[in-house]
Amino acid sequence: MHRLRTTCLLAALWLGAMVLPGHGARADAFADLASPQFAAVTAAISTLAASDDPQAGATLQALGERSLFVAPDGNIYIRHGGSVVEARTGQPADSVPEGLKPIRLNNRIRTALAGAQAGRELLAPQPATRLRAADALYARHDPAMLAVVEHALAVEKDATVRTRLTEVRAATILGQPPAPDATALRLEAVRALAAAGGPEARGILATLACSDAEAPAVRHEAQQAVSRIDWHLRAWGVAQNAFYGLSYGSVLLLAATGLAITFGVMGVINMAHGEMMMIGAYVTWMVQQAIRATVPALEPVAILVAIPVAFVVCGALGIVIERGLIRFLYGRPLETLLATWGLSLILQQAVRSIFGPTNIAVQTPAWLSGSVAVGGMDITLNRLAILVFAGLVLGGLMLVLRRTPLGLQMRAVTQNRRMAALMGIRTPRVDALAFGLGAGLAGLAGVAVSQIDNVSPNLGQSYIIDSFMVVVFGGVGNLWGTLAAALALGMGGKVLEPTIGAVSAKIAILVLVILYIQRHPRGMFPVRGRGVES
Amino acid sequence: MNPFSTHAPRSLRGVIWMAVAVVVAAGGLAAASLLPEGNPLHASAFVVSLAGKYLSYAMLALAVDLVWGFAGILTLGHAAFFALGGYAMGMYLMREIGARGVYGNASLPDFMIFLSWKSLPWYWWGSEHFVWAAVLVVAVPGLLAGVFGWLAFRSRVSGVYLSIITQALTYALMLAFFQNGLGFGGNNGLTDFKDILGADLHAPLTRAVLLLVTGLLLAASLLAARFVVGSRFGNLLVAVRDAESRTRFLGYRPEQAKLLVWVFSGMIAGLGGALYVTQVGIINPGEFAPANSIESVIWVAVGGRGTLCGAVLGAILVNLGKTLFTAWLPEFWLYGLGVLFIGTTLFLPNGLMGLWRHVRKAPPEEVTPEVADTQGEEA
Repeated sequence: MHRLRTTCLLAALWLGAMVLPGHGARADAFADLASPQFAAVTAAISTLAASDDPQAGATLQALGERSLFVAPDGNIYIRHGGSVVEARTGQPADSVPEGLKPIRLNNRIRTALAGAQAGRELLAPQPATRLRAADALYARHDPAMLAVVEHALAVEKDATVRTRLTEVRAATILGQPPAPDATALRLEAVRALAAAGGPEARGILATLACSDAEAPAVRHEAQQAVSRIDWHLRAWGVAQNAFYGLSYGSVLLLAATGLAITFGVMGVINMAHGEMMMIGAYVTWMVQQAIRATVPALEPVAILVAIPVAFVVCGALGIVIERGLIRFLYGRPLETLLATWGLSLILQQAVRSIFGPTNIAVQTPAWLSGSVAVGGMDITLNRLAILVFAGLVLGGLMLVLRRTPLGLQMRAVTQNRRMAALMGIRTPRVDALAFGLGAGLAGLAGVAVSQIDNVSPNLGQSYIIDSFMVVVFGGVGNLWGTLAAALALGMGGKVLEPTIGAVSAKIAILVLVILYIQRHPRGMFPVRGRGVES
Repeated sequence: MNPFSTHAPRSLRGVIWMAVAVVVAAGGLAAASLLPEGNPLHASAFVVSLAGKYLSYAMLALAVDLVWGFAGILTLGHAAFFALGGYAMGMYLMREIGARGVYGNASLPDFMIFLSWKSLPWYWWGSEHFVWAAVLVVAVPGLLAGVFGWLAFRSRVSGVYLSIITQALTYALMLAFFQNGLGFGGNNGLTDFKDILGADLHAPLTRAVLLLVTGLLLAASLLAARFVVGSRFGNLLVAVRDAESRTRFLGYRPEQAKLLVWVFSGMIAGLGGALYVTQVGIINPGEFAPANSIESVIWVAVGGRGTLCGAVLGAILVNLGKTLFTAWLPEFWLYGLGVLFIGTTLFLPNGLMGLWRHVRKAPPEEVTPEVADTQGEEA
């Protein structure tokens, strides 16, 4: 093993010296690809990889695809289907030579080939390709590639790629067996890797810290770097979890605000609230289908069109429900609960009959897919968008409640229904509008949820209990309560999840809320005043 | 109605007749199932187990009516007590399988061997004794109801808040029982039962006896419930239901009255669950589903809350309807159930019993849940 490494190293160094100035050795490199000695083959691959010969890339690619052949006279040919090309010149062969034999591959050659291709890509004109190649080499940290990496580093202009290449170089240096005179170089490499961070660097450094062959200074430095990286990884892990929690909390917030408003104003729990979300998600799907059929150019923004449509559809449905059902149950909140539950069964079954019981595919537009890396964290764009959307909805709702006559009337009715009626507020109208607003908000939640969850007739059921928990936890006093409760439950669940598992975390949250309600029977922010308790 | 009267309210007079009718029907069906196959009056095993299921559900409905109809506590989590009773009985039935399981282990149920457990968890201790199982059937739901109720009523959690947290309770239990690690068979629950007290569970005679026992226990629960609500304590409950604060100001302790009836109700539900398991042959975490609890409330609403008889009647009728509907028009059962929820609350607030009294031209009894002074604000 050591001998091989040394051979490779020597070959690479020799190449580093040889290839850059001219074309001298290249002819041999082509021929060497057919050599029976694998060491010679790998050396030849490295030579070709570092050369600027336009034929080198095609030849290496052909080798990887098993379409490189050797003639009995030692000439190398590339054969694609019927056409045969001489590898060295790229000229079509005058006549197909007799007795072409394929050049065999084994794992070692394949590895060398992959590294060589990455090395070639390091010199590609596009920075993105170079970065990808650097990433591939970083994972490999093959000591044989050091010369290639250093050459690439010398000519690299792009700052991002340079940084990455420095790390690759460090990893590659540390991939070499330790030599007594290389301690300073290795210490520098350890520092570079420590600065890079990440699980890969940690892996290399951890091996180094336990290696007996390493100089004590290097081992010590590596040990410290490992603990620093561990701390960073943990911190980023916490941040990542916090983001998940925040994201789930924002979904809960969207789902629960509507519920909290109807509960606050009318004192009724709308058990069909989850079904309003489900309908919002189906509206999103229908809007997407309609836009695809009529103006396909607008498809990426279909989701934005769906937002007002879902709000209006669900809001109108909510007003119809209030006028047609809820108002007859005025003053009987528990019966309202049962009636809306019945309504939820009917809505579920109706959607099942119309759209079928299976999931429907709501598209996520390209600008909402994918993720961005922030430090050690992965931020998925759709979740980020939902977070922002939840914030906007909450802000908009605040404005409605604080700055519009309807909001004023709703707050008045929430605080003291009879007094509000005496002051001339038409409470039935406020009830209908509040219920419509709540249902419309559920529709908005449905649009958001359609981007991260399966859309089926059962969608509402999976959110309804969590939304209830938010409402009873937060109280109906104001929206800040709902916000605090949604974030607390979302974060709490995700914080507990890594230690006790997802289901246990959910159970723990439910139990905690049940216990919390014992101490604060009307949530964190109860409505205060004389009219509240009988 | 004079609040200090110790006479049973009018709606409770029929309870004795209902109890007799339940026993006669269960006994008659049990006898019919023992007739030879060709006899026109023969009842098949399917009908017998169906009847047993309805009567077990009727016990759950009775339990719900006790707390909702008389103490005004709308529970959306009574299926939890029902399922716990079922699991307690299921543990005993699992142990009765003995070495006849797939893995032939005399002391460990199959699912534990599947999880490569070496010994029974501590809470399975004594589960091989029927008497201990019978104790657990009422003790476990009673204990849970006691702890939950003590916490909730003491802090005056009421109305919609209470309904929601009862739902959270049963949902949390459902999630817990779905987990294999809890030691109750995870997803599959407990099933494949063979014997009860040495008698083959699949033999017609055992089934007939079980049905009769269910009928008797339902009748006994009905009479016990009637005794409770017909007493002075029952009057106190109604007072708490209609004006909790006033009752408190008069010097009573509403939370204690509620707790007492809540625990009693939980025990009846647990008993119903145990009877259910023996006749249906399986108990799994799906029984904890919040939807089941809400369905049991509608049985009571259909029959007429606060009447006891109505709960039994409603449970049997709605479940009969469900059986027929799901056999003929499976697509439409949910519509039917939904319409039942809406229609009952809108047009039949006193249920079938209220309709019956109306037909008989008797003045309707006051079963308004909230009186004027608590309206709106308390909700």
